[in-house]
Amino acid sequence: MEYLMALGQEIYKILFVLVPILVSVAMIVWLDRRVWGLVQKRRGPNVVGPFGLFQTLADALKYIFKEIIIPASANKIVFILAPIVTMTLALVAWAVIPMSETLVLSDINVGILYLFAISSLGVYGIIMGGWASNSKYPFLGSIRSAAQMVSYEVSIGIIIINVLLCVGSLNLKDIVLAQKDLWYVIPLFPMFVIFFISALAETNRPPFDLPEAEAELVAGYQTEYSGMMYAMFWLGEYANILLMCALGSILFLGGWLPIMDIYPLNEIPGPIWMVLKILFMFLLFALIKAIVPRYRYDQLMRLGWKVFLPLSLIYLVLTASFLFYFDKLPQGNI
Amino acid sequence: MIVHSIFFYFFSIIAIFSSLMVITSRSTINSVFFLILDFISVGCLFIMVGAEFLGMILLIVYVGAVAVLFLFVVMMLNVAEQKQSWFIGKKSTHIPTGLIVSVLILLELLVVVGGWKYKEDLMSSSTLILSDTTNTHQLGLVMYTDYILYFQLAGIVLLLAMIGAILLTFRERVGVKKQSYLKQISRDPSSAIELREVKSNQGVKIDD
Repeated sequence: MEYLMALGQEIYKILFVLVPILVSVAMIVWLDRRVWGLVQKRRGPNVVGPFGLFQTLADALKYIFKEIIIPASANKIVFILAPIVTMTLALVAWAVIPMSETLVLSDINVGILYLFAISSLGVYGIIMGGWASNSKYPFLGSIRSAAQMVSYEVSIGIIIINVLLCVGSLNLKDIVLAQKDLWYVIPLFPMFVIFFISALAETNRPPFDLPEAEAELVAGYQTEYSGMMYAMFWLGEYANILLMCALGSILFLGGWLPIMDIYPLNEIPGPIWMVLKILFMFLLFALIKAIVPRYRYDQLMRLGWKVFLPLSLIYLVLTASFLFYFDKLPQGNI
Repeated sequence: MIVHSIFFYFFSIIAIFSSLMVITSRSTINSVFFLILDFISVGCLFIMVGAEFLGMILLIVYVGAVAVLFLFVVMMLNVAEQKQSWFIGKKSTHIPTGLIVSVLILLELLVVVGGWKYKEDLMSSSTLILSDTTNTHQLGLVMYTDYILYFQLAGIVLLLAMIGAILLTFRERVGVKKQSYLKQISRDPSSAIELREVKSNQGVKIDD
């Protein structure tokens, strides 16, 4: 009975995290399209609901009622599994994101490693989808995407090490609390820029959306998908983008901490600051989608391996030497 | 405690089942997927015994990078036919090699496990304090103090393997057009465009 009670409580907590995320994914799709429209002097979606806010819900409803078509030559199990994997991984990662000092589903010691592991698993949804479709465009798209995600993970990993050197803990809460005096965006500004660009590449956003470059590959790995399965890929992608924004705001923008610790600002509750920072990051994502043209594939790989990797390694050495020389290495709670 | 053992059996049954499926399943792709499932469940087992750092690193390195390369190789090369022929009953030439390797691994495991039983102070270390510090802290404390030499040696071995792999596959290709980024970026209209008077019946020779 006790176990059942505990289980019920956990499920209640999980729903408390999942439902806002799903709703905000829907809102963020609307925001993305709206910003895209405004940059191009269009209105964007503005018909369904106030300001067109319910556009995404209407789209989702449309996808639900569409027929799911599975190609005859596809590997059926893997084909169905692929969008499920994408969606699940995008949602599962939110378990460790702290919205405030107490508002976190599971406060684990290796939170940042968990996030990194989950985001490196994200590649499987795409490879599985591309391979199982048994068609050339999805396959090429998924191969491209896998190579791209694996390469940019390397530089993201080294950037995370940069931050961890300054914090001295792998716990996400400690990472935020260590930024009480100074957000890491100031001393580690070059790393923030590289992290942002790598996050764009990691989530297959423009200008790095080579996996679905429609001019060459139709729609990449999503070509053969229809109905709800396509919608799951789509929602999973946006949940991943939100996750990257949250990760960026935790690592560099001080998570739930207010801009300055003075009276009217520190009265605003932490989750609101967190949401504001995530929104700020997402606004940057949306603007970049609207204004930057697509990269060529070899340029993308070159940028990842020959520019970002050495740069972040050099900065890592610099950070470590600085901390060591001025005796500022974190001692941790030993 | 009951919940703990339920989870333990859950993950270990999945791990054993999927590792059996890796060697018995007919399609190579399925083998790789079962290998990934095996890695994940072993990672969960690591986390359950409290080695959270090892579990996460297993997920990041093996599932996130190594298994992706496996999938690449299996999808690109035609490994499937080889495996099919093995099921049809053709004699494989790999059995003796495989046997030697597996016997060696078994012996090594015996040595390690046996040594563990007879060596008393395997865990003793000058800096390791088994208090309530986290798993990651302890690993870091030991790895960069007591075992720094082994750590560095392992790094050098890995670097050598990387250089070796590049050297083995590197081949200078002749006659392939390469794109030089500096050249592409530094082009400007004055040098890129050239106006020429074309004489009738003679044409123009463009050297490029």
